[in-house]
Amino acid sequence: MSDAERGAEIALRAVSKSFVTRSGEDVEALADITCTIRSSEFVCIVGASGCGKSTILRIIAGLVPPSAGQVTIGSAPVTGPRRDIGLVFQSPVLLPWRNVMRNVLMPAEVVGLPRAQAKERAEELLELVGLEQFANKLPAELSGGMRQRVAIARALMHDPATLLMDEPFGALDAMTRDAMNVELLRIWQRQRKTVALVTHAIEEAVFLADRILVISPRPGRLMDTVKVDLPRPRGARTRSEPAFVHQVAALRNRFEAMPMHQETVQ
Amino acid sequence: MKRRRRLQHSTFASRILPPLLTGIAILLLWESLPRLFGVSQLLIPAVSLVVHALWNGIASGVIQDALVVTLFEALSGFMLGSGFGILLAALITRSEVAERALVPYLVSLQSVPKVAMAPLLVVWLGFGVSSKIAIAGIISFFPVLISSIIGFTTVESEKLELMRSLCASRWQTFRIVLFPNALPFVFTGLNVAVVFCVTGALVGEFVGATEGLGVLLMQMNFNMDISGMFSVLIVLACMGGSLHALIRFLHRKLVFWAEPEKIEQGTP
Repeated sequence: MSDAERGAEIALRAVSKSFVTRSGEDVEALADITCTIRSSEFVCIVGASGCGKSTILRIIAGLVPPSAGQVTIGSAPVTGPRRDIGLVFQSPVLLPWRNVMRNVLMPAEVVGLPRAQAKERAEELLELVGLEQFANKLPAELSGGMRQRVAIARALMHDPATLLMDEPFGALDAMTRDAMNVELLRIWQRQRKTVALVTHAIEEAVFLADRILVISPRPGRLMDTVKVDLPRPRGARTRSEPAFVHQVAALRNRFEAMPMHQETVQ
Repeated sequence: MKRRRRLQHSTFASRILPPLLTGIAILLLWESLPRLFGVSQLLIPAVSLVVHALWNGIASGVIQDALVVTLFEALSGFMLGSGFGILLAALITRSEVAERALVPYLVSLQSVPKVAMAPLLVVWLGFGVSSKIAIAGIISFFPVLISSIIGFTTVESEKLELMRSLCASRWQTFRIVLFPNALPFVFTGLNVAVVFCVTGALVGEFVGATEGLGVLLMQMNFNMDISGMFSVLIVLACMGGSLHALIRFLHRKLVFWAEPEKIEQGTP
């Protein structure tokens, strides 16, 4: 619990990952990634699709072991899945037979939180994501944005110190996505978790992040770390401020300068 | 708007009338054609004779007594067979050792026509209900096993990753994700099995039994009581239909989150 008051620090040291494809080829997905995500920091990991950025999250979560290198969260090295992490995927991954409330309660059930306490927390979280009216609805009765908000509430249920989000708004339309970004910052302002969010949308990254990790295409290397100097709290207006527009343009230029087709050229 | 209202008004005309008319036409043809073409009433008895036989069977209690026995055999076999099918599917999909040890034999067993085992089972278990329960069970077992295996393996990988990230135990993962997730598929198997189980019980009774609808049917056959046989067929049809309706009802109640039509289309 004390870790959750402030988020945990995440450190990656020389993390590499290679896969063996079906044809027996060795593919290097991530090469030598070293970085530190500070406690309660909001970091976005940006790169073209297929650059292995989702793999970084899975390695941090302990779902996939790195081929080389080490990840530590707080002071403990990651050796496997751990409960102080909340996961949000691109699709909401809700259980369609459970209503909103019971979906949010699911992690509490697994972790074994006392029922009354869990219920109270779930109600708080549903209020936080603005779905307290929808506790008894089934996921099928909700819109895409609402479902993803349920997924965020669920990820916060067992009060993890770290939130890992894998393109959480990638499947939403642009307008819902913008609204969800504002929403996520509001939630993060209230529950200061360490957040690592993977996205391929530059604007989204600039809007959300304290720092942006820029990953090159295969093999995924940490090309750059960009600090975002926009004041918080950020809101819908932030997007029209010159500083924001400037940051987005600068980052986009950096991407365009990057040899995207390195592999095919070689 | 106008069109919708017209549709509502015409539910009787569009939904109830066609099957009703077909039914009446069949009954009329059945009643009149044998007379028209001079087919013997002994071979195709008129509807009135069948209704009469049915009435007699019910009034004397012969049909009810036989129905209770066959229904008991079929349902017991169905529950045992499908229950065992679900359990074994869960075991096979959860444990690689179990899969390697069992699947080759299950596959080869599946290709044996199950009714061929009926004489053997009657020899082993006797003329009582147990041999019929066994046959109904075996015949119900396979469709449920196969569809449950599909159900337990057709699961979004992110759902399993989520459970893994929470360090859920195997039992928690099964209870919270895998089992409910498999239910729509399990029900496609149950839909098939509930029809098969009646066949199983009947075949068992044909091979050797002292009571039940199959026995009644064989006795009537021996006595050339064709209208009686028709009346038993009607009873069997009603029984099968009711069992199927029962499963569909449970399906809708338990798998409320998915539409049955979609699931049936989704499974091979």
